[in-house]
Amino acid sequence: MNEKYEQKRKRIDDTIALKKPDQVPIFLPQSYLPARTEGITLKEAHYDVDAWVRANKNFVLKYDPDMYFFIEAPINGAGQVHDILGTLAMKWPGGTLPDDVPFQFVEGEYMLQGEYDHFLDDPSDFLLRVFTPRVFKNLEGFSKLPPLKNLALGCYGTPVYGMAMAAPEVVESIERLMEMSKHALNFTVKSGQLYAELAAEGHICAANAPVLHPFDIISDMLRGMRGTMLDMFQVPDKLISAMEKLYPLSLGGAIGAAQATGNNQIFIPLHRGADGFMSPKQFEQFYWPYLKKLIEDLVNANLVPMPFFEGTYEQRIDYLQDLPAGKCIGWFDRSDLNLLKEKLGDIMCVAAGMPASLLQTGTVESVRKQTKEAVNTFEGKGFIMTSSTVIDEAKPELLQAWIDATREFSSQ
Amino acid sequence: MGRELIDAIVAMDDKKALQITQDLLDQGVAPNKILTDCQTAMEEVGSKFEKCEYFLPELIMSGEILKQITEIIKPELDSTTGNGKKKGKIVFGTVFGDIHDIGKDIVIFMLESNNFEVVDLGVDVPIEKFVESIKTEDPDILGMSGFLTKTFDAMKDTISGISEAGLRNNVKIMIGGGTVTEDIVDYAGADAFGETAMDAVTLAKAWMGGNKNE
Repeated sequence: MNEKYEQKRKRIDDTIALKKPDQVPIFLPQSYLPARTEGITLKEAHYDVDAWVRANKNFVLKYDPDMYFFIEAPINGAGQVHDILGTLAMKWPGGTLPDDVPFQFVEGEYMLQGEYDHFLDDPSDFLLRVFTPRVFKNLEGFSKLPPLKNLALGCYGTPVYGMAMAAPEVVESIERLMEMSKHALNFTVKSGQLYAELAAEGHICAANAPVLHPFDIISDMLRGMRGTMLDMFQVPDKLISAMEKLYPLSLGGAIGAAQATGNNQIFIPLHRGADGFMSPKQFEQFYWPYLKKLIEDLVNANLVPMPFFEGTYEQRIDYLQDLPAGKCIGWFDRSDLNLLKEKLGDIMCVAAGMPASLLQTGTVESVRKQTKEAVNTFEGKGFIMTSSTVIDEAKPELLQAWIDATREFSSQ
Repeated sequence: MGRELIDAIVAMDDKKALQITQDLLDQGVAPNKILTDCQTAMEEVGSKFEKCEYFLPELIMSGEILKQITEIIKPELDSTTGNGKKKGKIVFGTVFGDIHDIGKDIVIFMLESNNFEVVDLGVDVPIEKFVESIKTEDPDILGMSGFLTKTFDAMKDTISGISEAGLRNNVKIMIGGGTVTEDIVDYAGADAFGETAMDAVTLAKAWMGGNKNE
């Protein structure tokens, strides 16, 4: 790799290892922001991968952060993929939303509480034949397939499956999958080329592909927030068993993504375990065991976990002291910086510092003031300057003021 | 009638709460009295939430129990029963450009559980609909929800639209949502922001001039 890349790599690695780097690294988690700064619509971001790649490349070259974010983050699959699948669990610009409205998940109870037994008995069967048709309208045909266990019959089972596959709805669903895969592959190839080009120019991607905590898989995707909260009271054992089933997916997905991309930093957005979303007792029972295990298993696989503690984690911060020291990047949203320094200064490097709202509504003075306070709190060690969340909107002058101020104050 | 029902709801014991409800109905207890006990239970849940003893799951679970109790007693209710004079009227919606509704729905549920009348405008609500709702519903309070950072401008534009219609002084305005912070209150021209569902209840009670423990 080139000198610029190596310099940034060392800066980040020293920060992760809780050594003092040459200066405070800057992580710019650009989400839709390149569309704004480079003048393309959000619809173009979703449907024109060349335009989206170009916008991100120009953005990263212009602002030159130490780390940028993976460009799939706000897209979640090209627009054409979701048109073809008839996606119901998400709305996106240019598809089911107006051209310039950000994508949004449509959360729901796509798995009913009474269906835990089916999921636990045969997750693949439930996910293919029941769940998938509920979240992708044009894959309804899979609900016509016979139970997957029929495949155990081998030759005896072929008449059963043969007939099922001849059903027009099944044929259509399979054809939809084949059609969408071309667009999915095109996006992945183009984004992969971008990452390689940017690396050659000395730029580091913070992580590739998100990995979900098993609780968040259930809460975000399967049962919905409300459903999962009720499950904690009404069917706690089934909820835990479901997480056991899903854990290998989380860990295996992370290791697979690292091998495929060569990026050893693993992004883990954490949603439903934050302060307020469950009691400390529920956190200890349902969320913490799998979070701890996931982070430890990733560290043991020589990977760098990058958990994103969305919301606040002040009520749970003492738990985080049990994590392996100097091995993670902890990205924090609203948690108090002084508390993070006090409790986690010897445990993990903290990525935090700039409220996303200030980059939209603040002034150069207020952005500089906030930057200085954040950098000084951590005294230049174990700290990555970043924003409280991914950035969709920001005034360009405030973005630049933030970057300049970080460089300025971290060299003092 | 003792505290059995209240205690069961506050303890999140749905099976027990529903059984007690049925037993009370069988004993001839008035549905209105059962609803009053439910109201007391929800206030106690809310109080525990404010003290950080209870959290969002307890609000959801107690809401679910309340919903199921209401289903049981609905056939016994007639048009003359109700659960008392409302504390105030609130119009609520997620601003234009945003379709997130979970937070909004939880806040509305808590406001209704605390005896406010709420008109839910839904999601992606254009400025004109908020303005029109003030004219037709004559609310005391307007609540705006937004999850995305894009909604800061939508909230600002909506409040500007209300001002241009000469209606700003008709309502107190509260805002809230995943990325909303204190500085957005001034930016958008609102009166206050709430970080949690109970903040909305506390604000509404304070604005209506009542003791927050009523």
